[in-house]
Amino acid sequence: MTDLAPSLGHRLRWTFTDGLTLVGRELGRLRHAPGELVAALIFPAVMVVLFGYVFGSAIQVPDGGDYREYLMPGLFAMVTFSAWLGVMTRMAADASRGVMDRLRSMPMARLAVPFGQTGADLLTGLLMLAMMVGTGLLVGWQPHRGLIPTAQAFLLMIVLRYALSWVGVYVGLTVKNDQVADALVPLGLPFTMLSNAFVPTDGMPGWLRFLADWNPVSALTAASRELFGNPGALSGDVAWPLAHPVTTVLLWSAALLVIFVPLSLRAYMRRER
Amino acid sequence: MPDPIVVTEGLHKSFGDTHALRGLDLSVPRGTVCGVLGPNGAGKTTAVRILATLSVPDAGHARIAGHDVVREAGKVRARIGLAGQHAAVDEKLTGRGNLRMFGRLSHLSRRDARRRADELLERFDLMDAADRQVVGYSGGMRRRLDLITSLILRPKVLFLDEPTTGLDPRSRGEIWDSIRELVADGTTVLLTTQYLDEADQLADDIAVVDHGQVIATGTPDELKATIGDHLDVELEDPAALDTAATVLKTLAGTDPTVTADRLSVALPGGGFRLFDVMRVLDRAGIAAADVRLRRPTLDEVFLRLTDRKELVR
Repeated sequence: MTDLAPSLGHRLRWTFTDGLTLVGRELGRLRHAPGELVAALIFPAVMVVLFGYVFGSAIQVPDGGDYREYLMPGLFAMVTFSAWLGVMTRMAADASRGVMDRLRSMPMARLAVPFGQTGADLLTGLLMLAMMVGTGLLVGWQPHRGLIPTAQAFLLMIVLRYALSWVGVYVGLTVKNDQVADALVPLGLPFTMLSNAFVPTDGMPGWLRFLADWNPVSALTAASRELFGNPGALSGDVAWPLAHPVTTVLLWSAALLVIFVPLSLRAYMRRER
Repeated sequence: MPDPIVVTEGLHKSFGDTHALRGLDLSVPRGTVCGVLGPNGAGKTTAVRILATLSVPDAGHARIAGHDVVREAGKVRARIGLAGQHAAVDEKLTGRGNLRMFGRLSHLSRRDARRRADELLERFDLMDAADRQVVGYSGGMRRRLDLITSLILRPKVLFLDEPTTGLDPRSRGEIWDSIRELVADGTTVLLTTQYLDEADQLADDIAVVDHGQVIATGTPDELKATIGDHLDVELEDPAALDTAATVLKTLAGTDPTVTADRLSVALPGGGFRLFDVMRVLDRAGIAAADVRLRRPTLDEVFLRLTDRKELVR
């Protein structure tokens, strides 16, 4: 056992290695319980059927396009926004079962836990995105504008997902109780519904439309519709975030990271006073 | 005490209006088991959290192997193991998977982590369940896994915070055996418990804690000796209960506890012989079916020290 104060390079290396170990932990969990990933996907898949075929038959897409083409970007956004819920539940479970205390009392890299957890979520997020793309292609959705814009759309989802996962780290560490965390999960649905993901916002009453237009879910949906070349392009008097959806998503991501990374790190590293 | 490896001096810790610790002093010699005994809310867990670098005291100091738990937390963490009231492992992973993961997080190489996991599973009799998810483990197996997870780095000091709370007697016995094995290896163990028999079984020294302070220390025998021997009398005729109570009160100086046809009283100091007791009873015309003069149980010591009417479990 070394008593030497470790150098910065040394510490960074361990942060990375320990972070990878924790990513491996998530993959191990998935291997033993692949059902979790499937369960997480059942909901969006049900939404595809429910909205794509049930409600969709009665919904008019603004510029007359196919409703399922209109819907898929919204569902991608929905899956993206599920990130913070998953991370929050995981962190809260670790905190309430004493795993967090064990990790904190070990001579491991301190930053590895929050970075490992968000890194792991990124991987599961990619897997879920891939499965959603498969589902989309099955129901007739497809990107129309070529490789680069398509890649840009997915990149936007990934960036925002990563930023959102830090919200999950912070909330999970703050509630410290997996039952409270579980109770918060259903709040995710109305949050995603209050947007342009399923229906255009111009039919909503003014105050609700304002909320929906400024909801980051709407910005991500609008950005992906634009980049995929899916129907739903807006014209006329459009709220700023929807007129500049890509910029809005990037601004949201940056803001979330700037706020929640320091908050989370402080919450993780601070000792009970 | 020679060469203490765990030392706390005047630890204070409050949470709002609750004073969890009010000047806790502990000293644990290397290679021994110190039982920190106290009712719920006595401050045991708070003390362990401070020692395990999870919490910072409001006042006072604590050192592990000479390293301050606040200023040299990193060095302390490299020397301690913590097993708590939870099974702090990932339930979705297998037992082996957990040990390997925590081994890697303790910066063992992949190969060493694998080897150490196998070693511990073998030695603490979990090999059969090694490749099953922890979700399917019994309560006792989970605690055992939790315990051995804290042993990966061969800690010099192991903190066990109520390691058997909520376990059935058989699992408790298994955990006790595991702890005895560790001690045989030379690990210093600080064990908190609210079970007196657990402290009696495992601890070399006991520190009785109440309201955030140590109110008595000593070996189990020393603690028992502080309150003198105990006299139990069982009467042939329950009608003589009142007379017998008076006689015993004169003898012991305190009121005996009475249950049905039995009386029980603590005798102050030593010097009482069974023969003397018999003679006093005989002179008062009391026929006893059974008279026993015995060492007090740790329960009785504890009740006396904490001035409680009955055990708070």
